[in-house]
Amino acid sequence: MSSVLFDAPGPRARRRQVVIGAITLIVVAAILGFIVYRFAVTGQFSAQKWSIFGYQKVWSDIAGALGRTLAAFALAGVLSLVLGFILAMGRLSDHAVVRVPVMLVTELFRAIPLLILIMLFYYGLPTIGIRWSPYAAVVAGLTLYNGAVFAEIFRAGVESLPKGQREAGMAIGLRKGQLMRMILLPQAVRAMLPIIVAQLVVVLKDTALGFIVTYQELLYLAKFYGTQLQYGSPIIPSAIVMGSIYIALCLILAGVAKMLEVRLRGGRKPRGGGKRPQSPAMASTGTSVMNLSNPAGGAQA
Amino acid sequence: MNVLLDNLDIFVTGFRNTLIMFVCAGLIALVLGTIVGTFRVSPVAPMRALGTVYVNIVRNTPLTLIFFFFAFGYPKLGLPRASYLVLAIIALSLYTATYVAEALRSGINTVPLGQTEAARAIGLTFGQSMTLVVLPQAFRAIVPPLMNVFIALLKNTTIAAGFSVADAGAIRAYLSERGEPQLVVLLWVALIFVLLVALLSWAQRALEKKWRLAR
Repeated sequence: MSSVLFDAPGPRARRRQVVIGAITLIVVAAILGFIVYRFAVTGQFSAQKWSIFGYQKVWSDIAGALGRTLAAFALAGVLSLVLGFILAMGRLSDHAVVRVPVMLVTELFRAIPLLILIMLFYYGLPTIGIRWSPYAAVVAGLTLYNGAVFAEIFRAGVESLPKGQREAGMAIGLRKGQLMRMILLPQAVRAMLPIIVAQLVVVLKDTALGFIVTYQELLYLAKFYGTQLQYGSPIIPSAIVMGSIYIALCLILAGVAKMLEVRLRGGRKPRGGGKRPQSPAMASTGTSVMNLSNPAGGAQA
Repeated sequence: MNVLLDNLDIFVTGFRNTLIMFVCAGLIALVLGTIVGTFRVSPVAPMRALGTVYVNIVRNTPLTLIFFFFAFGYPKLGLPRASYLVLAIIALSLYTATYVAEALRSGINTVPLGQTEAARAIGLTFGQSMTLVVLPQAFRAIVPPLMNVFIALLKNTTIAAGFSVADAGAIRAYLSERGEPQLVVLLWVALIFVLLVALLSWAQRALEKKWRLAR
């Protein structure tokens, strides 16, 4: 392994690296060992504390909580993508009357902490007579916040496209709506796909905030099981179980984002050559300039 | 306006705790994130692996879950007692450090190849070339993303309200006991956050302008 940051190690450096590597491993093992040791002494691994996870009823409840977590994620994900599209269109509008208010709204929702936004729906609006279920409040908060973030992502995607795309679209007589729908957005979404999926991971992570407004998702259940006295309040075992589920879900989604990024990067390389004259026959395929002159890119279409 | 002025004591305490968490967690995360970021580009393989695993796991963990572990799990371990505020600062630092590390790593990538090559050519070790040549330049390049990380940290401090810290997110609970309209209270809290974020964004632009590298 060599890098621009350091030379390929010689014999002495290699010995030193082995020593430093060993020390690193020992320190990490010591920290982890200490945590496990503390778990063990305080009886976190005792059969009593884990026995609650031996019941089928508990696991069907966990499945239900997982379903509620995913329900909040799915609805909030779809709605925030839709809202993001709408806000992005507003921000890219040619009319300042539309552009400026939309910009202010986007900035506003990005600046308010998500938890405060959810609380506004759950605790705030009922005082003027509009009751929200915890589910609706979580979804509404997630949608407004992430919609604003998606709007920025889409806008950045559209603005990162080569100018020639817009000009060519206008030259062949497309209207603004058509230009956006047929030329700019498909390319912008494609280019931004890894970031969009990465933001969806954030949506999934933030569904955990529902815990604070009593939405009965995974963490809520973890707290509930963790306070069952007849099982010795197994808060750490239940946090380990629910935490593993959460982390596994997020890692899977993040893996998808990474995969998309790697695949897109493969197709995006020739983009630097966008200034090169493209053959008209190829440009008329209309998908994107990104995978032209790259046979590997064809696989993504 | 009355809601704010009549309950100024609670608002001040709440936002003071928020700012304490923000400053402490921000500083710890900056230091820890720099260390982890350096680990991720280090020549020693176990260090690289450690940095990668830490960043990937923690970034994909909901912050609420980390709070959950510290607020509910830590007191059960029979370790020295810590206040909820301290535990919240630890949770926020561990979480934010991964974002600092990632921002730093992307910043290191923006430092031109010639800089590191020159550093190596004059015989600097990895540690020297990082601290003397690469990191000072990387930090300038990552002022905007780093400030975004801190803005996110400021907003994330509200989550501590769900875990027994009397911060800005908990103002609503206190004032609902005093019988204040919760909607108005929450709108005030939101407004103050918007102002604080605007302040940080302004600082971001000012620093970016001041430290911009002529390249």
